Amino acid sequence: MATSADNNELEELDSTADAEQTAEQESLNYKQITSDGLWKKNAALAQLLGLCPLLAVSGSVVNALGLGLATMLVLTSSNLVVSLIRHQANETIRLPVFVMIIAALTTCVELLMQAFAYELYQILGIFIPLIVTNCIILGRADAFASKNPPLVAALDGFMMGAGFALVLVALGVIREILGLGTLFANMELLLPFASNWEIVIISNYSGFLLAILPPGAFIGLGLLIALKNNIDDNQAKRKAAKDGAPVAGSKRVRVTGNIS
Amino acid sequence: MKLEKVTSPHLHGRSDTGHVMRLVILATLPGLVALTWFFGWGVFINLLWAWIVALGFETLVVKIRKRPLGYYINDYSALVTATLLGLALPPLAPWWLTVVGVGFAIVIAKHLYGGLGSNPFNPAAVGYVVLLISFPAEMSSWVPARGIEAAVTPGFIDSLSSIFPVFGNLLGQPNVDIITQATPLDLFKQKQGLTTAEIWQPGSAFGHFAGVGWEWVNLGFLVGGIFLLQRRIIYWHIPVSMLGTLLLMSLIFWGGSGSESNGSPMFHLFSGATMLCAFFIATDPVTAATSTRGRLMYGAGIGLIIYVIRVWGNYPDAVAFAVLLMNFCAPLIDQYVQPRTYGHSQGQNKGHKQNKSKNSTSDQSDDS
Repeated sequence: MATSADNNELEELDSTADAEQTAEQESLNYKQITSDGLWKKNAALAQLLGLCPLLAVSGSVVNALGLGLATMLVLTSSNLVVSLIRHQANETIRLPVFVMIIAALTTCVELLMQAFAYELYQILGIFIPLIVTNCIILGRADAFASKNPPLVAALDGFMMGAGFALVLVALGVIREILGLGTLFANMELLLPFASNWEIVIISNYSGFLLAILPPGAFIGLGLLIALKNNIDDNQAKRKAAKDGAPVAGSKRVRVTGNIS
Repeated sequence: MKLEKVTSPHLHGRSDTGHVMRLVILATLPGLVALTWFFGWGVFINLLWAWIVALGFETLVVKIRKRPLGYYINDYSALVTATLLGLALPPLAPWWLTVVGVGFAIVIAKHLYGGLGSNPFNPAAVGYVVLLISFPAEMSSWVPARGIEAAVTPGFIDSLSSIFPVFGNLLGQPNVDIITQATPLDLFKQKQGLTTAEIWQPGSAFGHFAGVGWEWVNLGFLVGGIFLLQRRIIYWHIPVSMLGTLLLMSLIFWGGSGSESNGSPMFHLFSGATMLCAFFIATDPVTAATSTRGRLMYGAGIGLIIYVIRVWGNYPDAVAFAVLLMNFCAPLIDQYVQPRTYGHSQGQNKGHKQNKSKNSTSDQSDDS
């Protein structure tokens, strides 16, 4: 019995791998990669990957944008490099190789941030090196980049990273407005020219600590996911209504009277 | 003659949700009177404001969810949540504090989880915890109770204009001076090595056996709780095991009257929100454990956590935290203390585990 179950499992795995491969071949068109990365398979809202940095550093827009850009950079370049060496790295050693590539790229980003945005680097702290362990990056390297040509893989990395960064920034906006009553505060930490971007939404705001603390991140992410599901549902409903629209004219079969 | 076929339960007397909830609100009356007497009209104004806000949020969410409004308003659950939260807020809490707390309780803690009956956490406790961690300064400014030397119990106008500054401006009293003081539980926690006799001075915040005013408030809620027990609205298991555990813990770790004292059992039983929690918050039938043994364990857990946080934690009182933490555990407790099903021997109905393995084996045999 056990062996049969195992065989079933293996078959399932094979079939999913096949499905993945065919899906991969289909997804070579750029439009689908873009919509997958930004919306349909959004790393944060649909796949729920990389939640640890997502929840930990989305307290303000500048932190969120900083980590979002860093993740995007690592994801794009790691997908590109992995795709370039996809024929050389065989099955047995591919994971360690991928991890090494990602770690090297993360170190590059870390050094860059240290050089150009030192204060932000100190604020983000451990979450910059932790990009290495972000599931999105290894996931995309293994599932997509190792099976696709470089340009497509780089686009996929860019779009997946952008989707993640957008959710991070959206969460940062919500939490900063609710928690501190400001928007774009301290943006000069990341962008030197943005020192006067700060908008005070609510003056004399006493602060809503819950939004800044971790529960605020969970609640905010939950509401964002609910919003996405709601939009998707509505879209599916509209599409179904469109597809199932009745054809005009009578569909009755005439059984009485004179049939000419 | 028409014989009606009626299915079980064959109950006599009213037992719909609205009736139960109205009795719960009624039972808070002695405590409310005591709170209003000792802390001024602010308590009463807060409560009324909390009711208005709760009805507003309930109407709004029910409309958004496209459910029948009358059915939801008539179960009075929103008003019970508002009552419990309003009683727990400091007497001069600014109006927006109530709006945030009640809004969070009704919208996020209750309706986002599917409404009354589907909420895993006690809405009032969620609202209180949100306020406590978000606005610690506002949430800890209690006026001293009537009978304390420094106490100036604010009158109706003063209370109204410090809760709603708009009214203060209208009445030409923009700034109301209010004296605030730490609650007895907080004072006792911060006694910095003094002996119990040294801080228990006449005219201080400490009364006959607990805090001035607080002992009467707790007695009021005790009376209300006994009324609920007598009307069989709540069962005795949760209050008794909660108060029993608190009593036991405070006996074991009492430490006498020296500087290392953790407070007498009477002090812990009649301070803060102990009685309000035991009879009104912990006994919420939706979020508590449901079996008899489960209820005993659930209550004991709450009593234990309250004592641990009061004595060794960072907060002076811990009712809302304790209730929420045990709400987490309630499904697990219920899973492991399922009562014996009639007609089965003990231990035959032990949850999903056995059933699941049985099902899966049968599935496998079907496959092969």
